Amino acid sequence: MKRKHKRLTFVFIAMLLLGAASALMLSAFEENIVFFYSPTDVKEKKLTDGKRIRLGGLVEEGSVKKSDGAIVMFRITDLTTALAVSYKGILPDLFREGQGVIAEGKLQGGVFKADEVLAKHDETYMPPEIAEALKKSGQWKGKEK
Amino acid sequence: MTAEIGHFALILALLVAVVQATVPLIGAHKGRQAWMAVARPAAITQFGLLAVAFGCLMQLYITSDFSVLNVVMNSHTDKPLLYKIAGVWGNHEGSLLLWVLILSLFGSAVAVFGANLPPGLRARALAVQAMIAVGFYLFMLLTSNPFERVFPVPINGRDLNPLLQDPGLAIHPPMLYLGYVGFSMAFSFAIAALIEGRVDAAWARWVRPWTLAAWCFLTGGIALGSWWAYYELGWGGWWFWDPVENASFMPWLAGTALLHSSTVVEKRDTLKGWTILLAIIAFSLSLLGTFLVRSGVLTSVHAFATDPARGVFILGLLIVVIGGSLALFAWRGPALVSTGLFKPVSREGALLFNNLVLATAAAAVLLGTLYPLLLDAIGGGKVSVGPPFFNTVFIPLMIPMIIAMAIGPILSWKRADLMTAVNKLWLALLAALVAMAVVSVLRSEGPLLGIIGIGLAAWLGAGTLIELTGRIRLFRAPLGESLGRLRGMPRAAWGMTLGHLGLAIAIAGMTGAGAWKVESIQSMKPGETVQVAGYDFAFEGVKSSQGPNYSIVEGTFNVTQNGKPVVTLNAEKRVYNVSSRPTTEAGIHTMFTGDLYAVIGDEEDNGGYVTRLYFNPLVVWMWAGVLLMMFAGTLSLTDRRHRVGAPKKHQPSAATAPAGA
Repeated sequence: MKRKHKRLTFVFIAMLLLGAASALMLSAFEENIVFFYSPTDVKEKKLTDGKRIRLGGLVEEGSVKKSDGAIVMFRITDLTTALAVSYKGILPDLFREGQGVIAEGKLQGGVFKADEVLAKHDETYMPPEIAEALKKSGQWKGKEK
Repeated sequence: MTAEIGHFALILALLVAVVQATVPLIGAHKGRQAWMAVARPAAITQFGLLAVAFGCLMQLYITSDFSVLNVVMNSHTDKPLLYKIAGVWGNHEGSLLLWVLILSLFGSAVAVFGANLPPGLRARALAVQAMIAVGFYLFMLLTSNPFERVFPVPINGRDLNPLLQDPGLAIHPPMLYLGYVGFSMAFSFAIAALIEGRVDAAWARWVRPWTLAAWCFLTGGIALGSWWAYYELGWGGWWFWDPVENASFMPWLAGTALLHSSTVVEKRDTLKGWTILLAIIAFSLSLLGTFLVRSGVLTSVHAFATDPARGVFILGLLIVVIGGSLALFAWRGPALVSTGLFKPVSREGALLFNNLVLATAAAAVLLGTLYPLLLDAIGGGKVSVGPPFFNTVFIPLMIPMIIAMAIGPILSWKRADLMTAVNKLWLALLAALVAMAVVSVLRSEGPLLGIIGIGLAAWLGAGTLIELTGRIRLFRAPLGESLGRLRGMPRAAWGMTLGHLGLAIAIAGMTGAGAWKVESIQSMKPGETVQVAGYDFAFEGVKSSQGPNYSIVEGTFNVTQNGKPVVTLNAEKRVYNVSSRPTTEAGIHTMFTGDLYAVIGDEEDNGGYVTRLYFNPLVVWMWAGVLLMMFAGTLSLTDRRHRVGAPKKHQPSAATAPAGA
């Protein structure tokens, strides 16, 4: 086999692989990308039930209620709008009232059912998404970048 | 005073690096021996200066010198000594100092052990190494000085993030950095080779051990991080496709490809351009990983308080290094002529296939990791790309690679017959089918991918063993001869066999833990029992105690199976005194078939506690497999041919078949 043919064979295999990978990625992007919303976004955009999203903001002061069966109810707020969230499980170690939080899940009859709750890992650190959501609602109190 | 000595040593190191980056390069170009000879003492001096700087910072941490900002932000007098030391690199500035320390360590290693290297190549590689160092020294001195003083001096420090006060995480950053920075060696040699316009077997023989060492450390570093996430975050998971995990995984994928393609350069004198490109890519991805983790553009545990100036600087550095090296490759790459011809079905072909899949996988991970940044930059909204994306893309890509991994080592170099190879593997196919049948009976309710995963693990494991028996002519030659061959096998060949076996075992573990995890979340009062995967977890209650710098609430679970006691699990919740921040310590009992895993949460109003109980099947297989892979890499590293230096014209004899990857 000539060098040129050899090269062509490998270019062909590489294209095949890339094609397969691109097809996989495109279909995966379609189904598996989760958009980030603040409570105000959820209200304004009139999101329908069942779409998987990330909801971010602050845990509203005094809103955390624990009920039986390890279910926790709390409200996520961007200080303009607040949205009720229910979550079954153990909250992350740094989950606190008044602090930033991101919940991933689906809207169900006006309540956000979260199956994952992420709190920041470091108390001096605010996830950029939340900082931006708070800036948008005009409630950002941190220092300006 | 100590801080000033450290700061001064860092500045001196910058000046030495500037000399090392220029003089030897010009010397090599003009053929001046004396100029080229500058590189070796300069590299050793750099390491000495960095060791002084690093020693100073460590001394400041050990003596809790709170006149230094970095110590104030990350340490406390009550912290145990291990974490005072680990605190040195548990922050942005200190971890960069560790980065450059390791960079200079590798540089001085070339200077010390590189006596038999061609002087031009050595001078150029050390100069490239110094250029990288200059970038990082400037970054530190301009934006992230670890020795900055603070006034007035605070009485005590703010303590290290409690999540990082953990033995696994204390050694995770050094391991990871040894891996990241280790790829800088392959990079420097690649750039030096591009400047010289020559890549030969001797070059590959020089680059391979560095790449192998870097790969071993990176494997260990990633595994440690994963292990830490498993027992410390309390989610029962070990890999989340988090951006920072991806940041370390991408160089690993590229490095694994480089490891295999450098074998082809060494043995067959072909795939040169591709290998050079991979060396550039592996290090570029390491730099990108540093950028992603350190600049704070991504939400993660590693995102320390951020400063836009730093992000811009690293981005600039990234553009210069990656853009510059790729431009150099485009210019000089075509000059690298490969002499070894081969057919698509051959050992070279199989290794190239492995390379293409690994590169595609790395590209897919890169795209998934950067997609949220790209979309945000063009105003497309904030998104997150999570595990479902990576699982749907990554796993299907790996399936053909694992299938090929058993076939490749059996193929001969240059040209091979696929049917002959497949015929040898009928036993592996049988093993895979039996394993799949057994699993589908045992775990009929699990996902199909679980059955496929176990089948692939069996295929790869059996295929690797078949290759070994073929190599030592077991059952075809007298037993004594086979044992003799087994003893005489080169260590690099053992490295391949054990490395592939390790991956097979790890795949079984990942599949088990991923496909058949049993999870139960509930509220439990003392005295209550919950059954998980046939194990009864009886909650005995909690007790409080004190650790060195934290208080403990400890929940006790008595686990029994069919009435027979199995183990008592203690799940802790710790609250650190200084920051009053809690951490979770999962109670874990490791068994051959899986881990029992218990986490305790907050107390509820009715006196119950939220608990998470898991049965994670085969997790220990995963750690064992990864350890075996690291051992295999280390074993291969001690192979004779890495110490002998430049190769002879011909392989010694045909009896010792050429070693695989």
